[in-house]
Amino acid sequence: MSNNTSHNIDRDRLVDLYRTMRRIRAFEEAAEAASLSGQVGGAVHLSIGQEGIAAGVCANLRRTDQITTTHRGHGHCIAKGTDPGAMMLELFGKAGGTCGGKGGSMHIADFDAGMLGANGVVAAGIPIAVGAAHGAKLLGEDRVVVCFFGDGAINRGPFMEGLNWAAIFELPVLFVCEQNGFASTTHSDAVTAGGGANARAKSLGIEAFEIDGNDVAAVDGLVGDLIPRIRADGKPMFLSARTYRLKGHTSVDPALYRDQDLAAAQWQNDPLARAAEELRRLGLSDGELSAIDSAAVGEMRRVSEAAEAADHPDLAHAFDDIQDIGAPVWEAPA
Amino acid sequence: MSVITYSEAGCLAVAEEMRRDGRVWALGEDLGRGGVFGQYKGLVEEFGPERIADTPISEATIMGASVGAALVGTRPVVEMRFADFALCAVDEMVNQAAKARFMFGGQARVPVVIRQPSGMWRSSAAQHSQSLEAWYTHIPGLVVAAPYTPADNKGLLKAAIRCDDPVIYIEHKDNWDLEGEVPDDDDYVVPLGAGRVAQAGDDLTLVTWSKMVGIAEQAAEMARARGIGIEVIDLRTLWPWDQDMVFASVEKTTRLLVVHEAVQVGGFGAEIAATVAEHMAHVLTAPIRRLGAPRAPISYAKPLEDLLRITPEKILATAISQIDV
Repeated sequence: MSNNTSHNIDRDRLVDLYRTMRRIRAFEEAAEAASLSGQVGGAVHLSIGQEGIAAGVCANLRRTDQITTTHRGHGHCIAKGTDPGAMMLELFGKAGGTCGGKGGSMHIADFDAGMLGANGVVAAGIPIAVGAAHGAKLLGEDRVVVCFFGDGAINRGPFMEGLNWAAIFELPVLFVCEQNGFASTTHSDAVTAGGGANARAKSLGIEAFEIDGNDVAAVDGLVGDLIPRIRADGKPMFLSARTYRLKGHTSVDPALYRDQDLAAAQWQNDPLARAAEELRRLGLSDGELSAIDSAAVGEMRRVSEAAEAADHPDLAHAFDDIQDIGAPVWEAPA
Repeated sequence: MSVITYSEAGCLAVAEEMRRDGRVWALGEDLGRGGVFGQYKGLVEEFGPERIADTPISEATIMGASVGAALVGTRPVVEMRFADFALCAVDEMVNQAAKARFMFGGQARVPVVIRQPSGMWRSSAAQHSQSLEAWYTHIPGLVVAAPYTPADNKGLLKAAIRCDDPVIYIEHKDNWDLEGEVPDDDDYVVPLGAGRVAQAGDDLTLVTWSKMVGIAEQAAEMARARGIGIEVIDLRTLWPWDQDMVFASVEKTTRLLVVHEAVQVGGFGAEIAATVAEHMAHVLTAPIRRLGAPRAPISYAKPLEDLLRITPEKILATAISQIDV
């Protein structure tokens, strides 16, 4: 296996991965600010600290490949190619959002980009991803489906059912378990028996890999090897990526249930800082790095400002797209 | 026309729609041997194991995978085996299938038919006998159908398969062997949302669905012998229900009785009764009545089980009490 590591990746590719991670980070920071100021009303689950997995995995996908993600899914959307402007409009509940403002942060979807939806229910995306791959196989379409979920999801039944299903029907799915250490606000290892995610995958005969998810080059390298194999063999594979959720469960969770010194120390392992250090080693100047940073921050500032200025959806949309027959009919107030 | 059973009619509907549309497939437990009630008999021979898929006993993933497969353009017929077992897949039905179209702003559709064999047949106790259709009428995004005749099981199932929204499709387990005339036409479709006047009558409107249509027809025969005309409306689809047909009938008879096998408390009869009360109080000449099961789990022992059944005699007595008011 020819894993890239942070010591042999092509510089231009690492620049691209770094840019994706930086755009995700900037989006999350803008979303966090909008949440704390009250402009974004609903729960916002930040992926700060986990960007290496989203960027490293999705860099190896075609636009026609598909993903499902979770309540903590902004990074996967951006990495798969969803427009952050439409995403931010969605968070603000505004017209022009990815879902017309009717889904919010936890239900972003962008079918044109192969993003089959975030999900508000832990592990619920697993059967959906498996079914998307099943559908592709029935239709004879050449697609790989990547299913993102966290270590909290592996204790729900659909995890076992979905993996078993993908194995017996030989479906082209890459399961990606983002091991961020927490099941909501509980330490995952305190509520997980046995050998964890990979042991469970292996017990079902699924080839499983582990990686440092905060080493974006390593994720990119490994997934770059796995996706063509999945595409060729049509069989599922499993990837556990170790990472750390640098923020709380939601934007308003100070996460006081964890050791504050240990949590602070995790910033030393920030995937962006690690990639930046490697880029400097590969000859990128501080000026070039900060140009990438400020472009990302500027982009997300603009999308926030645009979202703030945008209009809410027309009231009639509350009754749109429910069902063709039997939906309520909206009547304008007299 | 051919005389076939309710089960055969359902099978025919799936076969015809699978021939018509290559995106239609069926999945569930034991489908390869024809389904647990024989309602998929012969299909694997014609369509192969990919399109008549035997699945693990994984209701949540049977349903969840069907949502995923529907989102990418296939049209799954989802077999839940028993309505009681579909409860293992409620997240996938209610939070996923019913919501995806709306929540994603209309980007995707979930054209799935969720077949749920329902109701009391014989000595099957509390986990294999329930009628839970009312739960699904409460969920925006779902269509709910519950055919009684073999002809309707063909025509409504075909309509459900062609529907672009998720349809909860309730088949009564006691109806599998019921025979009736069924149109041979492979474009015979019964529109979702349209009721059927099973028997005409002038004195009382009886609204019901599924197996209770047959029981209500027996009660109407007994009433006729006493000179009482009961109009039996087979609703066929519970959501959306045929309000126009019910209102027109109540306008004529001025009396309403709703009958269902499900528990009366919180049953769909309450919705019909309340809607008629809200809109038609001015024409009613008797209090609206509902007849459903007591709020008790279904017993295994035959006499205890029978205690919960709605009989023609119970219906007749209730109808007479309304007319004698």
